[in-house]
Amino acid sequence: MRGVVDEVPALEARRLTLAWSGDEAPVVRGVSLHVGVGESVCLVGRSGCGKTTILHALSGLTRPRAGSVLLHGRDVTGVPGDVSYMLQKDLLLPSKRIIDNVCLPLVLSGESVGEARAKARPLFGRFGLEGCEDSWPSELSGGMRQRAAFLRTYLMGNDVLLLDEPFSALDAITRAEMRSWYCDMARELRLATLTITHDVDEAVGMAQRIYVLTGDPRAGVPSRVSAEVRVGRPEGVSFEEFALSHEFLACKREVLEALGA
Amino acid sequence: MARTSRRALRVVIPALTVVALLVLWQLAVVVGLVPNYLLPSPTQVLSAIAGDRCLLFSHAVTTLVEAALGLAIGVAVGFAVAVAMDRFQTVALALDPLMTVSQTIPTVAIAPLLVLWFGYGLAPKVVLVVLSTFFPVTVSLVTGFRSVDPDMIDLMRTMRATRWQIFWQVKLPAAMDHLFSGLRISATYAIVGAVIAEWLGGFSGLGVYMTRVRKSFSYDRMFAVIVIISALSLALMGLVSLLQRALMPWKRAERNDHED
Repeated sequence: MRGVVDEVPALEARRLTLAWSGDEAPVVRGVSLHVGVGESVCLVGRSGCGKTTILHALSGLTRPRAGSVLLHGRDVTGVPGDVSYMLQKDLLLPSKRIIDNVCLPLVLSGESVGEARAKARPLFGRFGLEGCEDSWPSELSGGMRQRAAFLRTYLMGNDVLLLDEPFSALDAITRAEMRSWYCDMARELRLATLTITHDVDEAVGMAQRIYVLTGDPRAGVPSRVSAEVRVGRPEGVSFEEFALSHEFLACKREVLEALGA
Repeated sequence: MARTSRRALRVVIPALTVVALLVLWQLAVVVGLVPNYLLPSPTQVLSAIAGDRCLLFSHAVTTLVEAALGLAIGVAVGFAVAVAMDRFQTVALALDPLMTVSQTIPTVAIAPLLVLWFGYGLAPKVVLVVLSTFFPVTVSLVTGFRSVDPDMIDLMRTMRATRWQIFWQVKLPAAMDHLFSGLRISATYAIVGAVIAEWLGGFSGLGVYMTRVRKSFSYDRMFAVIVIISALSLALMGLVSLLQRALMPWKRAERNDHED
């Protein structure tokens, strides 16, 4: 299993230094991290420590002040379009039916609406969206909307996904369901996932590795990765079961200590 | 059950109010509270409409043509200006104050100038309608374009969307709601604008008819033409609403959602 780390990572950030605007002090300084092929990694940090800023840079939406972003070894710094990014909100377009919302990335890349729909339809079952094809976004619950956003992200066709607090808008029960559903699906489809969250339980539950980000950019202290914690959830053990184990608590303690809590 | 009765009340109460006011008005005139030579009764107004229906119809056609033509041009110009303001920051900065100032100029004040410049024909009427309708369209569209969540634009960029795709898929649909509220206002301005332009000179149209009947002190026909003008404005607003229902099917889903 360690082999994952030895091959070229799916996504790698090398010594990223990022700022909100050109002349301000950096928000994060010298952050390096990587996500292996098919690996699930979480980036944990307090609110306002620059997690979203990092995802923006990794997605290519912003250019880092220093450092580079590599995708399967290829430099993609500041170029959007090669990494799928799911923002905190579901951002479904109210003017499109669910099928056309999830088809958006395909249509944008030049496929006809008919082709795109034909490609998306068979996936509705796997994403738990059967029967919602022709619904309007306003007719769906928060959990279902989030599933649709996941399907749209998946149809962007990249094998690296960046998730910004993907479950934070959901109620506790839906959140737990969605989390284990996502982990199963990502494993099945061999997706490399980098999730940012401030929920330590969530991070320990869904990640194979956790990066801990500490710092206080608003007080002039740029954030940096202060710890890397390996999580040992054994194959086949459910999320709920694992959450009751000693390993879970040990990992959680390690992360909390690194956060300085 | 509760919902249908509430919906029925929403129709019945305003309808009863209108009927009550009409009855009150009729009584006031019949009893002699207001002298009849100053205020015609509703039934007199109705018979004036019936008596002059052919004349009113032909004048209404003129006004409608002017209003529709002006509205169409006004919407097209308003749309173009809004798109340019959204696309180019400089255009927005240059036009923002001008647009506001242009709206403080009263239409009645420029109408005589337009007649001077463009004569007594169709042109001054259409120009006045264009001037009074393009502004609500531009403002509502610009507001609509700006209402788009910047995160949505970021998401589109991660999907490699071009500027045109972002406009077509995200900005325009988001602005539709605003556009239609602007259009409803423009539709009423269109009729009123045409009538005002006709007052100041012309050969036919409801405004021309209005000045003629005023000069002959036939107040029942004055009221008749007022009724026709309101009816036309309402019809045009209704048409805009119908268009909105057809072009924005998702609004119906949202509305059902809220009522449940």
